[in-house]
Amino acid sequence: MSALKIKKGSTSHSAYDLRDHHSEVEASHTLAVIVENEPGVLARVIGLFSGRGYNIDSLTVAEVDHTGHRSRITVVTRGTPAVIDQIEAQLSRMVPVHAVHDLTAEGPSVQRELALFKVVGKGDQRIEALRLCEIFRAKVVDTSLESFIFELTGTPDKIDAFADLMRPLGLKEIARTGVAALSRGF
Amino acid sequence: MTAKVMTGAKMVVQALKDQGVEVVFGYPGGAVLPIYDEIFQQNDIRHILVRHEQGAVHMAEGYARSTGKVGVALVTSGPGATNAVTGLTDALMDSIPIIVLSGQVPTFMIGTDGFQEADTVGITRPCTKMNWLVKETEKLSDTIHQAFHVAKSGRPGPVLVDIPKDVQFATGPYTAPEKARGSHYQPRVKGDTEAITRMVELMETAERPLFYTGGGVINSGKGASQLLREFVEATGFPITSTLMGLGAYPASGKAWLGMLGMHGLYEANLAMHGCDLMINVGARFDDRITGRVADFSPKSKKVHIDIDPSSINKVIRVDVPILGDVGHILEDALKIWKARGRKVNKDGLAKWWKQINEWRAVNCLSYTPSEKTIKPQYALQRLEALTKGMDRYITTEVGQHQMWAAQFLGFEEPNRWMTSGGLGTMGYGIPASIGVQVAHPEALVINVAGEASWLMNMQEMGTAMQFRAPVKQFIMNNERLGMVRQWQELLHGERYSHSWSESLPDFVKLAEAFGCKGLKVSDPGDLDDAIMEMIRYDGPVIFDCLIEKHENCFPMIPSGKPHNEMLLSADADAFKSGAVLV
Ligand SMILES: Cc1ncc(C[n+]2csc(CCOP(=O)(O)OP(=O)(O)O)c2C)c(N)n1
Ligand SMILES: [Mg+2]
Repeated sequence: MSALKIKKGSTSHSAYDLRDHHSEVEASHTLAVIVENEPGVLARVIGLFSGRGYNIDSLTVAEVDHTGHRSRITVVTRGTPAVIDQIEAQLSRMVPVHAVHDLTAEGPSVQRELALFKVVGKGDQRIEALRLCEIFRAKVVDTSLESFIFELTGTPDKIDAFADLMRPLGLKEIARTGVAALSRGF
Repeated sequence: MTAKVMTGAKMVVQALKDQGVEVVFGYPGGAVLPIYDEIFQQNDIRHILVRHEQGAVHMAEGYARSTGKVGVALVTSGPGATNAVTGLTDALMDSIPIIVLSGQVPTFMIGTDGFQEADTVGITRPCTKMNWLVKETEKLSDTIHQAFHVAKSGRPGPVLVDIPKDVQFATGPYTAPEKARGSHYQPRVKGDTEAITRMVELMETAERPLFYTGGGVINSGKGASQLLREFVEATGFPITSTLMGLGAYPASGKAWLGMLGMHGLYEANLAMHGCDLMINVGARFDDRITGRVADFSPKSKKVHIDIDPSSINKVIRVDVPILGDVGHILEDALKIWKARGRKVNKDGLAKWWKQINEWRAVNCLSYTPSEKTIKPQYALQRLEALTKGMDRYITTEVGQHQMWAAQFLGFEEPNRWMTSGGLGTMGYGIPASIGVQVAHPEALVINVAGEASWLMNMQEMGTAMQFRAPVKQFIMNNERLGMVRQWQELLHGERYSHSWSESLPDFVKLAEAFGCKGLKVSDPGDLDDAIMEMIRYDGPVIFDCLIEKHENCFPMIPSGKPHNEMLLSADADAFKSGAVLV
């Protein structure tokens, strides 16, 4: 990511264009898209990504303001600086979109994802899984004599790491929510 | 005052009236019968019964483009809605403000694969600027008012409102336009003063400046064209335009270089390639304009005025982006330029014009005349000469004839030229011409057509007859899918795969069958008289103009080539043998 020379705090709206737009290096960006909470809006946003060939690595959506009818879509996407700019511009011109924030470009942000892991095993494997669960501060939310369901919240990296560790210990299923993110400070 | 309670069907008609709609192009069916019942019981809104829903949407487009108002089409559910898809996509690509109202199966049947059910909002989502499925009658009028607002605000475009039949039958309170929910959708129209000043600074020193204008100028309104003219005259900068922007600056203006792009004029394309300041006003660096992006206008600073943020830096990176409405920005720019002392680089400009005049002297539109066959270029030159100065509107189909029309017809005013640019929709021209004629009953409306395109929506001649729209169908008949044939000749080793128009109808008999006038000409000597007969005839005319079958349209920039690798007619044979380009 650092190869991109993205200066913290730079956005496409700032007076000085600080991104290296000729870079062909792809980077991951987390976008927060505030939309009208109406039927079809999510389909319109997703249709933009598929129709124009942009990537979606993760997507979450939920209403965040009931009286104001607003939903927040958090989408993690990948692209060169020019593509990321296009995605932002394409999103922000959509009629039901109120605002688009490139959290990656706007400064430090907190990113969290929740995941559930079903791990099936006996004996030492089971003990090891439980020990790792404690190290990661995951929670046991279901158990039987031969299985656990762990709940873990963290950055996507942390969840990937935990999944890697669980795999040899009998990992059977994972459910992930996708990323929710907010910029730090105010 | 409490809101009036009425049925959804009545609301539709009331909302259209309140939005100033005078005419609707439509076709009935089960899912819109309540609306048709309301249309029957009033006289304020005229309904034009089309022959195919694609026709209705193109008519609405022709109406919109020639008036600057929002065009309206009304279609039934299922097949009615799917038939509207091409027109919606066409309007999206060319930024034309239209509203399609579609019927839908009753809300309780949605999702059951009911008779004539289609997921209309799903199907049309990618080809509308915005669309709505209205499930409650009390939201219907509000949604229709919003639809008008969205269609005409910012970068205009098509919208669709899908109305289930039970919503049309049920009653609810009517929301008047002024009471409609305020939309947060308010695209910025004023340009950033700093950016505009930066543009003016560049204009003051540029040695080889060029205005490159597009459909955005037309969409911004007549005032924008006026400002553009003033700016061009005052600066003395040369100006070229895309296919979509023809008429914003008059073809008779002395700074006019003609259209640019794939079949644009030599001088226009070389000026694009060689300029040191490109001022893009409401155009979008389409691939038919840029050719090979890597070699596009390598030495220029680029300014881009556009109301759509996603147009900026999408294809070509620019030095000075100015987001906003063309009219507002030109007005501010002109003010700033005047206040700073009306400076231009006189010496640079003089040299630049000298260079441009050398390019002009190449006479890139020249062709080999013939006394035996009607050359397409000649046909259009005669049409131009005989209709110049008349209250004239031109529509076209898609193909060689369209490009020749853009090259050989001159447009003095905006909103006089309707052609399918972005989508290139064969079958656009007849319905568009009817839509234009409905808006301008006294004007001379000519559809310059190719015989193949014309057949795609020829059923609409019935509409023209029924509603006394005296549209002139000027068919440049080469008995070929000419543009396809040209590419096959130049780029596919002269293998003419399926580019013949076999089994063509007798167009004169076809005209008679529709009850209109048919004319057929093959001798250049008869052309003028026949064109005059067409103009004078008080009713629709189908004019079968038999032209040279194998004429190619030049200049041509083969796709993926830069501007300075343009083919002129003389180069074509060398190109085929591979000698010009590798
Ligand atoms: C609906 C549609 N189908 C196919 C095409 C591809 N196409 C572009 S031009 C052309 C030939 C048009 O022939 P005609 O209308 O006779 O015009 P000409 O080029 O001969 O002047 C074709 C098939 C298109 N533009 N639109
Ligand atoms: Mg033809």
